[in-house]
Amino acid sequence: MPDLLEPLQYAFVQRALLAAVLVALVCASVGVFVVLRGLAFLGDAIAHAAFPGVVIAFLVKINIVIGGSIAAVASALAIGAVARRSGLKEDTAIGVVFSGMFAIGIVLFSSIRTYTGDLLGILFGDVLGVSADQLMVAAITAAVVLVALWIIWRQLVFVSFDPIGAAAAGLSTVRYDTLLLGLIGLAIAVSVQIVGVVLVVAMLVTPAATARLLAQDLRALVVGALLVAVLSSVAGIWLSYYINAASGGTIVLVATTLFGLVWTGRTIARSRVAAA
Amino acid sequence: MPDLARVSSPPVSEPVVIELRGVRAGYDGRTVIDNVDLTVRRGEFVALVGANGAGKSTLLKVIVGLLRPYEGSVSVLGSAPGTSARRLAYLPQAETVHWDYPLRVEDVVLMGRVAHAGPGRGPSSVDRDAARSALGRVQADDLMQRPIQALSGGQRQRILLARTLASDPELLLLDEPATGVDPATEEQLMSLLGDLASHGRTVLVSTHDLASVMAHFPRVLAMNGGIVADGDASILRDDAILRRTYGGHRPGAPQHIADEHHA
Repeated sequence: MPDLLEPLQYAFVQRALLAAVLVALVCASVGVFVVLRGLAFLGDAIAHAAFPGVVIAFLVKINIVIGGSIAAVASALAIGAVARRSGLKEDTAIGVVFSGMFAIGIVLFSSIRTYTGDLLGILFGDVLGVSADQLMVAAITAAVVLVALWIIWRQLVFVSFDPIGAAAAGLSTVRYDTLLLGLIGLAIAVSVQIVGVVLVVAMLVTPAATARLLAQDLRALVVGALLVAVLSSVAGIWLSYYINAASGGTIVLVATTLFGLVWTGRTIARSRVAAA
Repeated sequence: MPDLARVSSPPVSEPVVIELRGVRAGYDGRTVIDNVDLTVRRGEFVALVGANGAGKSTLLKVIVGLLRPYEGSVSVLGSAPGTSARRLAYLPQAETVHWDYPLRVEDVVLMGRVAHAGPGRGPSSVDRDAARSALGRVQADDLMQRPIQALSGGQRQRILLARTLASDPELLLLDEPATGVDPATEEQLMSLLGDLASHGRTVLVSTHDLASVMAHFPRVLAMNGGIVADGDASILRDDAILRRTYGGHRPGAPQHIADEHHA
C-alpha cells in the first residue's frame, strides 16, 4: 500500500510517530491508575498546570519537556500537600492550584504575542513539529516513568485497592500516592508537545477507560489500554497528515471513537446475552 | 473505673504480644476510647464486642499503628505500633476495599505477600504456594481465578481473610470479619481463627454476633468508649455489664441465642 506508507519518507513524520507511540505507552500505563482511582480531574489539572513551565522553557530557550515536567510535577506535589494539610477536599485543592498555575501561563503567554504561532502548538498539540532533541528528552522521560511504574506496580495496586490494609501491611500510602502523582506529572509533560495541554487528559483516561469496559483483570486492562493508545496515536497521526488537522485532536478523536465502538459493542453483546 | 472483676487470667507463661496503658484515642481531636489498659498474651483468642461507635475499630487501629493515640503507651510484638507490620495482619472492614477493581482472587490474596517481597519483585513460587494454601484454609480454592467483582459478601470476607493468612502473621487483627457472611461460613471462620490461636497465633476479632462469641472465644472485651469489662464469655450473661456495654440498645437475650447455637 504505497499510499499509506508515503508519509513515512519524511523524517518529521518518523519522529512524530515515535513520539506519539512513546506518549501512548506512558499515558496508557499511568492512565490505568488514573482510571482505577478516579483521578481524571487531577490529570486534567496537572496538564493545565504544566502550561506556565512550557511557556517559560520556550522563553528561556530550554527543552519544553523539561519546563513542563518541572511545572507538572511541582503542581502535582503541591496539590497533594494542600489536600493533606489544609483540611480541604482534594478537588478543591486541585481547583485552586491548577487555575493559579494556568493563570501564570496565560499572563506570560499573552505578554509575548509575537510567538503565539509556536505556542499554540503547546495548547493544541503539534506532533509534526517535534525536534530530534525533544524526542530524545521524551524518550528518556518515558523510560524513567515506565521503569519506576514497573518497580512499584504491586505496591501501587495494593495501596489503590485497599489503602487501609496496605498501610497496616507497612506500605506508606503517602509515599506511593506521591510517587504516583509525580509519575502522572511526568507522563503529562511528555505528552504536552504531542496532544497539547487541553487534550492531554484524554491520553491518560480514554485508552484505560476503553480497556476497563472489557477487562476482567489487571493484565487485560494494561494490555488493552496500551493497544488502544498505540492504535489511536498511529492512526491519529496518519489522519492528521492527510486531512491537515492538529495531531492532538485527531489522536484523541480516534481514541474516543474506539471507546464508543467498544461501549456500543459491549452493550449489544450484553443485551443479546440478556435476551437469550 | 471499669469493672474488671471477672478478668480471665491469660496464660502467664506466654510472652506479652499487646500491651496498652492508659490509652486515649479517637479522630480529629474527638475521644472515642479512653483509659484503655490491655494485656494480650501469645495464643490468646479475644473478641471485641460493643455497639457501633463503641471503639472496637479504633482500638484495633491503635494496635495496628494506623491511629496514633492522644495519650498512653502502646507496645505491639515488643515494639512501637506500626514498626512490626510484617509480623501482623489486619483485615479492615470490607466496605473500605474497592471491590470494583479488575482483579482476580489470586491477585488479592497475593497482596498479603507484597510487604515481604519489597519493590521491584513479582510474586515468587513461595508466595503463590502461600496464597494457594491460604485460599484452601478458607475453603475458597475454587475461587482462585474468579474476578472479584463477581464475589458474594461472604466470599469477599473469606478472600480478605485468606490474604491475612497468606502473610503468615504472628498477630491477626480482624475488624468484623463476619459481616455479610452466612452462619455456616461464620462458624467455619471462627473455628479456623480459634485453631490458629491454639497454634500460637494471637487473634483479636471485633464482632456483633454474641452467640458466636459465646461459642468460640475464651476471652471477651466488652467495649463502650473504652473497655467496660474484660473476662471470659460469661460476662455476656451479666445484665449489669450488658447494660454498660450497650446502654439502651441491648441485643436480644444472648443466652437463648447461644443455646440455639449449640443445639
